[in-house]
Amino acid sequence: MLQVEALRKTFATDRGGVRAVEDVSFTVEDGRFFTLLGPSGCGKTTTLRCVAGLERPESGTIRLDDAVLSGLGRFVPTHARDIGMVFQSYAIWPHLTVFENVAFPLRVTEHPPAKTETKRLVEEALALVGLEGLEERPAPQLSGGQQQRLALARALVRRPKILLLDEPLSNLDAKLRERMRIELRQLQRRLAITTIYVTHDQGEALFLSHRIAVMQAGRIVQEGAPRDLYRAPASGFVADFVGEATFLPGEVTTGGLRALGGVVTCALADGLAPGDKGLLVLRPENIVVRARPAGLPNEFAGVLRVAAFLGDRLDCVIEIGDLFIRARAHTTTQLRRDQEVWVEFPVEHCTAIADDGWRPRALARTFDDEDS
Amino acid sequence: MAATTLGRRAGTRFPAWRADVLIVGAAALLLGYLTLVPLALLLLGSLSSGSSALDFQFTLANFQRVLTDRASLELLANSVMYGVGSALFAFAIGTGVAWAVERSDIPGRSVWYGLALVPLIVPGIVHTIAWLFLLSPNIGWINAPLKELFGVTLSVYSLPGMIWIEGLHTAPLAFVLMSAAFRTMDPSLEEAAATSRANPWQSFRRITLPLLLPTAASVLLILFVRAIEGFEVPAIIGLPGQIYVYTSRIYTSLNQYPPNFGLSASYAMVLFVISVAGLLLHNRMVRRTERYATVTGKAYRPRRVELGRFRIVAIAALGLYALVAIALPLLVLIYASLVRVYTVPSLETLGELTLKNYEFIATDELTRRALGNSLLLGAAAATVVVALTAIIAWVTIRTKAPGRGMLDFLAFVPITIPGIVLGISLIWVYFTVPIRIYGTLWILLVAYVTRYLPYGIRSASAGIVQIHRELEEAAAAAGARWWPTFTRILLPLLRPALVGAWIYIFIISLRELGSSVLLYSSESVVLAVRIFDLRDSGNYTTIAALSVLLIVLLVVLVAILQRLGGRTVREA
Repeated sequence: MLQVEALRKTFATDRGGVRAVEDVSFTVEDGRFFTLLGPSGCGKTTTLRCVAGLERPESGTIRLDDAVLSGLGRFVPTHARDIGMVFQSYAIWPHLTVFENVAFPLRVTEHPPAKTETKRLVEEALALVGLEGLEERPAPQLSGGQQQRLALARALVRRPKILLLDEPLSNLDAKLRERMRIELRQLQRRLAITTIYVTHDQGEALFLSHRIAVMQAGRIVQEGAPRDLYRAPASGFVADFVGEATFLPGEVTTGGLRALGGVVTCALADGLAPGDKGLLVLRPENIVVRARPAGLPNEFAGVLRVAAFLGDRLDCVIEIGDLFIRARAHTTTQLRRDQEVWVEFPVEHCTAIADDGWRPRALARTFDDEDS
Repeated sequence: MAATTLGRRAGTRFPAWRADVLIVGAAALLLGYLTLVPLALLLLGSLSSGSSALDFQFTLANFQRVLTDRASLELLANSVMYGVGSALFAFAIGTGVAWAVERSDIPGRSVWYGLALVPLIVPGIVHTIAWLFLLSPNIGWINAPLKELFGVTLSVYSLPGMIWIEGLHTAPLAFVLMSAAFRTMDPSLEEAAATSRANPWQSFRRITLPLLLPTAASVLLILFVRAIEGFEVPAIIGLPGQIYVYTSRIYTSLNQYPPNFGLSASYAMVLFVISVAGLLLHNRMVRRTERYATVTGKAYRPRRVELGRFRIVAIAALGLYALVAIALPLLVLIYASLVRVYTVPSLETLGELTLKNYEFIATDELTRRALGNSLLLGAAAATVVVALTAIIAWVTIRTKAPGRGMLDFLAFVPITIPGIVLGISLIWVYFTVPIRIYGTLWILLVAYVTRYLPYGIRSASAGIVQIHRELEEAAAAAGARWWPTFTRILLPLLRPALVGAWIYIFIISLRELGSSVLLYSSESVVLAVRIFDLRDSGNYTTIAALSVLLIVLLVVLVAILQRLGGRTVREA
């Protein structure tokens, strides 16, 4: 079990100190896949590097099982921590072969295993990632995907207590990334190795993780299972970062939110009282678009501005007053650009949360839809 | 994330590992001693009327003389004309060849590229001697037929003669810099002009030219500084022709009797100040160019101008350049090395070719000593510089030790010190401090190490920067301590850069004349100085033989360097 408590780290920049990580605490249970998710500069990589011992935190403690890795006057150097790490650049040593790369962690320990044992462990690690047979290949001759597997094998060969992954898929092309994340998920579940994963890609985070911590400006703003983050984001920022959403801000009334020239019926998050500023987060797949009104609650008239065919669905943008709403419709729906439509926000999907002032990047006021 | 991958990682409150501070401190002391102490003592010396370095008597008389008297103003005028003239000449040739190779569809591009680089191998002193053979008023290869046919001779012992020789010698540098500028210019900028309906001439005048101007100006400055710093042409051509520039005047005021240390120090200060000013201006321009960001360091596939019927003209021009800059000097040297007395070649002289000059070299004790000393010094200087700068570069790039920025600066200072200025500064230092190495190989080693620090640091820094920081971090994450990380990851990856720097410094050490000529003794004579001395005794055919041998040696070294370079590229 890895425990991080009240971690702090600042970097000096030209313009004085900038806090990179501020009061970050989390716990990763044994065998779980834990993801730090956030935009660039949010402190997720710095947090991971503190766990690896590549950065010295200013304060806070990091514990692995019962041992203190950092804090309380102690700082265990990286090489003495029981970790395996995959870097964003893979950091494959180009002057060594595939075998030598994987064998390195075994050879630099205080009591290196015997030659045959080293060979067995290396082959085992390579087999785990599907690189068997490439032992004698010079590392630079591998493809991007193979280098990524090699980096994983090297991180796993010592059977570390904890595996650290720093945006390992971000340098792969889209197809390969898709495949690697399936393999990575299966490998982690099979080995049940405690893993911390850093990414800015919410899709990867949702796909891979048992738990996700969303970071913003050096702090963890919400931590939870993927499902909870998506369904019940704690703030506008989380809602915007995890998944797609249209924001409906307004004043909270009893049983609803004043918006779109009326009242949208919705549940209220804990602590929200009439008179507060509230925010309704609408996921596109939860919005129903119809050509005719159905006489249901939370129904509003608008104009369809975009209806783009995406194979499995139509991506729609509907203009209601000064708001653009993103919605999805079935591909068989007969809808024309610029026609009047009725959108429904089903009550069971509507919960207002406190408005943190965060807004998604606005769509331009004027745009021309391509032929749909 | 940007904030964590950049080198700025100060601000931890934990007590960091303090060994890096010790290394920085020791390196700063050493670098300060090598670079700042000589300059300080040079300044002191220029302000003294004492006849030797140790009795300091304050005076401004030296500077007054250096800045006001008529001969000194003439010196300034000569130096500037010589510097500007050779810079412009070299720039014109270098840019022309670079344009033809990079931006026109001239056939055999890579051949021309290689040929344009060949003169870089030839040491300045050898190049100058070769042109003496070609343009000497009475027996020069070019002058003899001119005299016979037209009754005129071109005197090499003139300012235009000096500019011609120096310009030809630095033209390859202009070529290298300008062809890089041509190559890294984004052709889409010109294509955008074309699609905006500018004709080729308009797009050249309004887009290409303005974009290249800052680069061109900075290249001209570099060429200017190189020219006024140079000692070979002013000494070998200027002294007999009584055309003095700063470098040769520093030399003569030390070699007259009694030597005027204060005056030569003042001249050296003036030269140093001009050189620093030139390089500072150059750096500013380069920074401005970088802000323009037309030179991105990325190589583009350039738009090539179709020469059409001018192709023949271009080929002829480049061919003529290769003939004049490469073939003639080499031929004349080889010929001169094979005759007893240098004359214009005829059937008669060709029938009497001899190896006696080479025999002389092989048996002459002073020459053999010079060869041994040069090889020893080159190897020692290269080793010291590479080891020192590798450590300094690692500390400056990879650690957050306080003062590391200063180390980088100190290691670059010598690039502003002309060789002859360093020479006279070191005389002052070792007449003052109680370390008795004047007249030994040690003082030459100190001079070489100081001069070549900038090359070492540049190469080591470039090498380390190319090694992704995560490669070292991955070793730590794999459980490796500092020492295995250093020896098993960093050094093997850095080896090509270090070996390349070693050979490069070895090569330029073999050619060093400016500092050596002031610091040598008969015990510590080196090759370039030996050639210089043989010229004093009028032993021209021996010089030719020695020059040929030196060129052969350098060609072999350069070939090794290139082979290594190729491997580095493949490994990267």
